[in-house]
Amino acid sequence: MMLTVTDAVVRYGSITALHGISFEVAQGEIVTLLGANGAGKSTTLRMLSGLHAPQEGRVEFEGRDISRLKAHELSSLGIAHVPEGRRIFPQMTVEENLDMGAFTRKGSYGDDLERMYGMFPILKDRRKQLGGNLSGGEQQMLAIGRALMSRPRMILLDEPSMGLAPMIIDQIFRIIAEIRDGGMTVLVVEQNASQALRLADRGYVMENGRIVLADDAKRLLVDPRVRAVYLGEEVESVESTPETSGD
Amino acid sequence: MTPELRARLGRLASFFAIAALVAVMTGPSGSNDSPTLGFTQSFAQPYSYFGLFRGQRWMVFLTLALVVLGLHTLWRRGGSGVRSKAQSFRQTFDAPGRRRTSALSALVVVAVVALLVPHLITNPGIQSGIVEQVLAYVILALGLNVVVGWAGLLDLGYVGFYAIGAYVTAWMTGRLPIAAPFHHPVSSFAAIPVAIVFTMLAGVILGAPTLRLRGDYLAIVTLGFGEIILVFSNNLTNVTGGAQGTNPYIPSFTFRIGGIKYLFGNVGYYFLVAGFVAATIVLFRLLEHSRVGRAWTAIREDEVAAESIGINPLKYKVMAFAIGASVSGFAGAVTASQIGVVYPNTFSLYFSVNVLTLVIFGGMGSILGVIVGSVLVQGIAVYLRFYPPSGYQASDLYMYLGALLIMMMIYRPAGLVPSKRRRREIRQAEAGIGHEGDVLLGEQP
Repeated sequence: MMLTVTDAVVRYGSITALHGISFEVAQGEIVTLLGANGAGKSTTLRMLSGLHAPQEGRVEFEGRDISRLKAHELSSLGIAHVPEGRRIFPQMTVEENLDMGAFTRKGSYGDDLERMYGMFPILKDRRKQLGGNLSGGEQQMLAIGRALMSRPRMILLDEPSMGLAPMIIDQIFRIIAEIRDGGMTVLVVEQNASQALRLADRGYVMENGRIVLADDAKRLLVDPRVRAVYLGEEVESVESTPETSGD
Repeated sequence: MTPELRARLGRLASFFAIAALVAVMTGPSGSNDSPTLGFTQSFAQPYSYFGLFRGQRWMVFLTLALVVLGLHTLWRRGGSGVRSKAQSFRQTFDAPGRRRTSALSALVVVAVVALLVPHLITNPGIQSGIVEQVLAYVILALGLNVVVGWAGLLDLGYVGFYAIGAYVTAWMTGRLPIAAPFHHPVSSFAAIPVAIVFTMLAGVILGAPTLRLRGDYLAIVTLGFGEIILVFSNNLTNVTGGAQGTNPYIPSFTFRIGGIKYLFGNVGYYFLVAGFVAATIVLFRLLEHSRVGRAWTAIREDEVAAESIGINPLKYKVMAFAIGASVSGFAGAVTASQIGVVYPNTFSLYFSVNVLTLVIFGGMGSILGVIVGSVLVQGIAVYLRFYPPSGYQASDLYMYLGALLIMMMIYRPAGLVPSKRRRREIRQAEAGIGHEGDVLLGEQP
């Protein structure tokens, strides 16, 4: 397994945000983490990206415990993080943003820059423009491109569809599929369930800080319980639900 | 009444109001017998303004208001023309070949002027004023620019490091109530590297625990640090000499090679500090475009994003703090040995604010801007100290500087010589790309 989370508990003060969640991501697959607002998706990603250490449980990346590592230490291990809201550097040009993505790397990375421009031709046209002046979709591409500049083995995407027009979302998701086809492992945290499930190989559905459903993406896509979770209905926990049940 | 006319009348009224306010602020104060006297006298007193005008005060201020209004109108009408001309002028100089030669020739001119200054200005008082009030502040502003302009950390306790540099110099030379290290006082020249190392350490010690804080919180903590240093230097009489200052005089720099002894006078100090300024410029320019400089930019623009690409924010912030502090320590060591005494009262919050003002005035993040800003503002201060116009009092300076700063913030918010990044943002904002407000305030959209 590339990434394994075991019984992770995260508390903010007296509030428990994650009640011991477990999931895993295998090499080369796209896994999506779904759930309504407040289900614990963002907390999970904060934990994975080192912004908040779990109070209990373990997070392992390629067999190594990373649960106590800080955010900036993960990049050199091969995990790239595309934060929520894109967070490109607004006053740097597109090219400077991409350059910054290679910050932890030694040696030249001109080839990678060209590779990014090949993947995102629009960014090549805008290479001298300031990041803050790009449209939302272009910013999302830039954020993904910047993350890829560190040559990661795994990429964490936080709500890549947020605030984007449907056509742009399609484009972004096609790019994510392309990235996986290039051999990368992808974890996508999304609110847009149907779109994410069409893209992913497997999915986990969260509710109230627990993982309540875990299945193949294709099966989850037609599972009425996914809809139920989004509508706020209680769903029995995954442990007591045989994977084969459901329609 | 058309909206256009209303706007014009509004502008007219506001300029008159400002002029009246300035008239009252600069005018005489009232007395208990006649509290309104100061107010009326502010307008109805014979007055000469820097010897340029003579007449009643109201005439002077009315003229001033009209002149400013006229300039303002001209700027509004023809401003865009002037600006586009200035831009095309700049572009000819920005052409790759020319740019280099023009930069080089400008450098030569500056170097020649810098070499001539101590020979053209022979008044020893002004000479030492240039060293203490101008060059030392250039160094301080350059150092604070690293912290504020590049790393984006608001440091209101910058004076603390300056104080440490000064006291370490006094300590090393045996001018404090406590004994010099190893009971062996050294020359003030030898104290410089020690002062730099100590202030750098102080920067790390203060920075490591506090730089996790962001924005306003950090400003408050650094403010507290500056005040703690001030209170310590005032009250730790057994260590610092207390409010009376250090005693006896800290010796000036001396320099011995073989049998030749050179005692630094004003000119010696001038060249020493000017040399340090030059070295700092070269070093900081390299730093700005290095990996470290790029990390600072990333942290300043978006700390979370910086972390996500593998930058350790704390490490680079502490580095900025330590560099800024060590530069400040050098300034402290130099002024301590030149003035000869270290007084706690120098190290007030006002000092930090003054240096911060220079950085903002000149152009945050721009080495050239910070230098031009410091030389201009501090130069004016020295000039007015030695050649005060009639009716001028030393405390008036801050009023004029305050007014200047307000004007700057309205018309040139990125500073006198904005950094390349800021200039680029503003050019884009003028072309209608992006949100002007965001760019000018340097905030993220």
